[in-house]
Amino acid sequence: MLEVTLKKKLRDFTLSVDFVAEDEVFALLGASGCGKSMTLRCIAGLERPDSGRIALNGRVLFDSSRGIDLPPQRRQVGYLFQNYALFPDMTVRENILFALRGTRTEKERILEENIARFHLEELTEAYPAALSGGQQQRVALARILAAGSELLLLDEPFSALDSHLKWQLELELTELLGSLGGAAILVSHSRNEAYRMARHIAVMERGELMTVSDREEVFRHPATLSAARLTGCKNVSKASYEEGKLLARDWGLSLRLPESEEVASARYVGIRAHHLERVEAMGENVFPMEVVRVIEDVFSFRILLRPVGTAGEPLLWELAKEAWQEAQSVSPLLIHLPPERLLLLRR
Amino acid sequence: MEPAPFFITLKTAAVSTALTFFLGIGLAFFVLRMKRGKGLADAIITLPLVLPPTVVGFFLLLTFGKKSALGSFLLEQGIALVFTWKAAVIAAVIVSLPLMYRTARGAFEQMDENILAAARTLGVSEWRIFWHLLLPNARHGILAGLVLSFTRALGEFGATIMFAGNIPGVTQTMSTAVYAAIQANDYDLAFQWAIALVVFSLFFVVLMNVWMGHLSRNQ
Repeated sequence: MLEVTLKKKLRDFTLSVDFVAEDEVFALLGASGCGKSMTLRCIAGLERPDSGRIALNGRVLFDSSRGIDLPPQRRQVGYLFQNYALFPDMTVRENILFALRGTRTEKERILEENIARFHLEELTEAYPAALSGGQQQRVALARILAAGSELLLLDEPFSALDSHLKWQLELELTELLGSLGGAAILVSHSRNEAYRMARHIAVMERGELMTVSDREEVFRHPATLSAARLTGCKNVSKASYEEGKLLARDWGLSLRLPESEEVASARYVGIRAHHLERVEAMGENVFPMEVVRVIEDVFSFRILLRPVGTAGEPLLWELAKEAWQEAQSVSPLLIHLPPERLLLLRR
Repeated sequence: MEPAPFFITLKTAAVSTALTFFLGIGLAFFVLRMKRGKGLADAIITLPLVLPPTVVGFFLLLTFGKKSALGSFLLEQGIALVFTWKAAVIAAVIVSLPLMYRTARGAFEQMDENILAAARTLGVSEWRIFWHLLLPNARHGILAGLVLSFTRALGEFGATIMFAGNIPGVTQTMSTAVYAAIQANDYDLAFQWAIALVVFSLFFVVLMNVWMGHLSRNQ
């Protein structure tokens, strides 16, 4: 279990992070430059927070109030760097051995164990420059596990790879994390990657953790504008609640919603592109819309729609190719915004 | 042509380069890790590179001369420096140190920080990181600094003549021998020492280039 509470003043904002990760994969999701990597560096002891406390499995790694600040060497925190950071002048074998201590036979045993675990038998005498991105990642992981880490920090682990390799490596890494069973922190800007690999997801913006929740929860109820955007919500409008109606000002629509505290405090409203519905008849929260633009994607169509009689922001509607064949001759389209699909965002 | 200036030059340059090597690398490592006063420390170490060597020699005279506290203390211990062979070594170290320091520092700075950070998180001690990662990675720069310092020491004139003098058979190096020969109007002798210096320096710079080429091919 990893407990992290820390504050650190950075150039543009203050990093302020507070979370607990059980023995599971925990994802920090955020745009680049939001402080994700800095958080990892603080946990690993490569950067020093201004204040806070970091504890791993009950062992205190950092505590500003008690003056505890273990050097990275004594934290037993494995850090998988974006570029894998292998030692360029050493072979694969030497890279792993360099991280080991103990007697010669003991070192050899751990070395062989990890070479076998990551299928590196053919590569032991190769230098990092001769390895593919995927092989480098395996060596970096072998090195970390050989050194006996209690926690894995994964900093954008697939960003240095070609896309056709990512999939395979993601499977391998997910399997590995499952078999290790300890805590791992995944830093990513990809919502899909985070969703597939992690149980809990924290969304980060300008150094602050916005929401920490179950991965399903993050996607169903993002709660904040940045969380909604990061989880892939394409349609967002400023909103205000007046007399039983939620005014989506950017779209020029007034939505009928049952009154609740959540609705009243919403400052933005969002809806995912595939949650817009075409209906045959007018009704509550159904609006006639005209097509602004049609974009053909690989397996779907993306249609930009604007409510008839407004000059607001268009909404993006995503639907399967066959469904569009059927709908394209109708004008205006009747589009339903189901209330249960609306994302109500506090900030 | 007496051979003494040749041997004195070689000895002075070899000993001073050995000292400069460790001092320069150590200072580069130390200054890089300084949190405050980095710029000032860097400027002070680099100063002898831009000052006229005569000024460096003059300050060395002031520091180690009979009238200074350090000089008189050393004299009491029976150590006389001014106008000795040791003074020539000190002068050469001071003027060649900036070259070693700057090239080593540049080489250290080029190191991928993530690699050092990875080693730290893997539990590798700072000492082993320095010897097994930082130094091997900076070997090109360090080698270049070594040769530059050595050739600089070979050609050192101003600070040496101020601080160590120009005593034939004791502190007269090849470069001061050229000067002495001109003073004595012996242009033939001056020419011979000048050519010797050119050939000698050229030899070491070419040696460095061959060696560096060899190193990068092996990577």
